[in-house]
Amino acid sequence: MEAARKWIQVIVAILTNGSWSFPFTKTLYQGPLKVICAPGLNCYSCPAATTYCPMGSIQQLLGGLRFALENGQYYFGFSVLGSIGVLGGLFGRMICGWACPFGFIQELLHKIPSRKFRIPRMLSHGKYLFLLLFVVVLPLVLVDEFGSGSPWFCKFVCPAGTLEAGIPMLLLQPNLRSTIGLLFLNKFVIMLLFLTWAVFSSRPFCRTACPLGAFYALFSKVRLIKLHLDEAKCTNCKACHHVCPMGVKFNESPNDPECITCLACMNKACQFDAISLEIGGIPLAVPDRGLSPAGKP
Amino acid sequence: MSQTSHEPRKKRTLRKAPFVVITAFLLLWLIGVATGEPARVLEQALQVCLSCIGIG
Repeated sequence: MEAARKWIQVIVAILTNGSWSFPFTKTLYQGPLKVICAPGLNCYSCPAATTYCPMGSIQQLLGGLRFALENGQYYFGFSVLGSIGVLGGLFGRMICGWACPFGFIQELLHKIPSRKFRIPRMLSHGKYLFLLLFVVVLPLVLVDEFGSGSPWFCKFVCPAGTLEAGIPMLLLQPNLRSTIGLLFLNKFVIMLLFLTWAVFSSRPFCRTACPLGAFYALFSKVRLIKLHLDEAKCTNCKACHHVCPMGVKFNESPNDPECITCLACMNKACQFDAISLEIGGIPLAVPDRGLSPAGKP
Repeated sequence: MSQTSHEPRKKRTLRKAPFVVITAFLLLWLIGVATGEPARVLEQALQVCLSCIGIG
């Protein structure tokens, strides 16, 4: 199952970044697929991006809301919110584990042999602040003289944007290099910090700063596909604690907002079949003993 | 140790909450589509967002 997850991560990364004509066109994909919402965090200014980033789009719509309303256009971001809401209702943070290119990059970096460190649980609240402040409040409230707000998270924080779009666009369009300033330097340092941190800790950006992960986390109790804990079978051996890449103690918190449903606890840890995957309350899969050795946290 | 092999299996019922949530967001998406929002989203997505990449 772990191999299947890796393949799905690769396929989604390729599909959401499937326009490879950019070395010749030197610019973004301009086709109609860009009306489709990317499930994970994937900058739509990436030259290869074929879909739009929900977080970037919401900030742009909220930042331009006053201007839109003055022109009789009711662009509140409902279509974007609806798209990620449907995805959240179906999969929740399973998207982070299976379909987010930036999550995949962090997973690959974490495979680099090094000493590994835990991330304090309290840091996981940071991503909700980023969602509320940087994605919603600041673009909506802090506006320039024309009434336009900025995409605060994209502009000042997003390391995915720097990695997937900023650096490639600077390489493709030399004229943009003259505009590099403190803003880019700030984002470049943030990107380097998160990428380095990802070597030593598992998915640091997803756990501490990703606003899209924070949004999907809101669906942890109501999402259609999730893991189920059979309390009668659970022996509280805590084997699931040791394999979780998100630091979830599954036996203590089966609806944990951090759970990305990577199935590591089900397939690699639990020897008592206490964890299963369910769709809407109906069991879908039992632990896959054939593909991952059991009892080796 | 596991105690369940001799216990009767609990009946698992279909959870309704996910369907309510999905329907609500589907309606929200439809409202957004009805207001013409996807055209604006597409317009934004086709341009290089200099702010997004840290050079705007």
